[in-house]
Amino acid sequence: MTETAAPAQVPLVDYLVLGADPHLIANECTSCGARFFDRRNACAACFKSEFKSVAIATAGSVRAYTIVAFAAPGVPVPFAAATIDCGGTSVRANIVNTPIDPQHITLGMSVQLTTFPIGADENGTEAIGFGFEPA
Amino acid sequence: MAENVWILGITMTKFGKHADKDLVDLASLAAMGALSDAGVTMGEMGIMAAGNLLGSPGIGQAIQKQVGQTGIPVYNVSNACATGATALRTVVMAIKAGECDMGIAVGVEKLSGAGLLAGGSSKGDGKVWEPKGRYGAVAPTDGRVGTDTMPGTFAQIGMEYGHKYGGADFELFARISEKNHGHSVLNPLAAYSKRFTLEEIMGDMMIAYPNTRPMCSANCDGAAAAVLVSESKLRTLSLEQQRRAVKVAASVLTTDPFEEACQILPDVNTLTRNAAKQAYEAAGVGPEDLDLVELHDCFATAELVHYDNLMLCEVGGAVDFFNSGAPFRDGKMPVNVSGGLQSKGHPISATGIANVWEVCHHLRGEAGDRQIEGAKVGLAHVIGLGSACGVHVLEKSSL
Repeated sequence: MTETAAPAQVPLVDYLVLGADPHLIANECTSCGARFFDRRNACAACFKSEFKSVAIATAGSVRAYTIVAFAAPGVPVPFAAATIDCGGTSVRANIVNTPIDPQHITLGMSVQLTTFPIGADENGTEAIGFGFEPA
Repeated sequence: MAENVWILGITMTKFGKHADKDLVDLASLAAMGALSDAGVTMGEMGIMAAGNLLGSPGIGQAIQKQVGQTGIPVYNVSNACATGATALRTVVMAIKAGECDMGIAVGVEKLSGAGLLAGGSSKGDGKVWEPKGRYGAVAPTDGRVGTDTMPGTFAQIGMEYGHKYGGADFELFARISEKNHGHSVLNPLAAYSKRFTLEEIMGDMMIAYPNTRPMCSANCDGAAAAVLVSESKLRTLSLEQQRRAVKVAASVLTTDPFEEACQILPDVNTLTRNAAKQAYEAAGVGPEDLDLVELHDCFATAELVHYDNLMLCEVGGAVDFFNSGAPFRDGKMPVNVSGGLQSKGHPISATGIANVWEVCHHLRGEAGDRQIEGAKVGLAHVIGLGSACGVHVLEKSSL
């Protein structure tokens, strides 16, 4: 039973869930509902310390964006950095799969989550990143 | 009731390149300038608060070794771009607490030639994907998951306001920058005193849309210092000192309360509005009483939102406020007549004292060509990401 396994994949960040239905997750405070993409010792809003993992909507709209033309050496520019409102939870991400200019990226535009490989490490493991593309 | 605190002396160095002075020389220049302006010496200071972000720790003690070592307590403070305001407020609190009747606050930074202050370097990808940090990232995320850069962050803050209320486009933001650069030609201490046309601003190098290079605060060297005094002590000093003193009608520092989205895009609005509300209440004045405002225009996109946050206009009315001509130096609410951070420059830790100096300069009637005639009340605002907001309301002396 020798079968060539598909290359192993890891998400770029731990709040990206891969698989058939890629989505983002957050730690939601069980007391007040505040959501955090990172781990918190206590809730920044209500100070309670119990959280549960919740899925974030994969469709949203662009609430703010910028087109970064000047960044650290090694960071490819230009890219569109945006704040996406995903059903009431704000997500930080790039806007992808569209020309990077203010004619194609507009405030309020509908977008959806997409994932893509960003490269393989020396073990052949692929890292998978995410962005939002026009819906 | 804690007693009132006054600014007895205050100064800023020229902002720009100071290749012949090290960080401590530059800070000492400001400290000695403030003491001289106040007509007092280090021997009368009961406390020093000193701010610096990018140099070696212990700037306050280093300054004392150059200007006077008397054994007084030093508070070395660090609060991002609000560091200078934090130093000032530290001295205000010590005097209000009755620990001393006079103290000095100093802020200094050497930033000439610095590039991006955040998101300015990338380590590159490792050989093996390995989750690191609070987000379990296997590789650097700047540029892959949004931007870490300040021009990009504040660009989004301005665009968000435009999305919410409308009317804010690239040209409007560029016109805000045109205003400030226009103001700067009257400020001999500004790093850049050059008028730009709208076309020049919009056609310059794009940093993070819609912020082009002249729409970003200028990295430069600079220092500022202030000597503060209790009101009872001030009344024992000369009539000339009392006449030139400026009352600190409000000194407020806030941080950002939790808001949805603040984890992914800093909320610079809520803490500024909170600070402004507290400051107006403490000072017993309203925005309509202000004769001039120095606000934290680290980027042209930031100035717009702070018109609203400082309640200089109605909620959602910042674009109309700007278009009315109000924030121009001949308008009804002059904003950043110094030229703002875009032209005056932004040596981070000096900024929160230098903006207070600008307001004091007008309240004392000493601002020369750029004097706002009859100025009696002014407000100085800074914000540092992370976040911290400092607001000071200053009043002309009636002593």
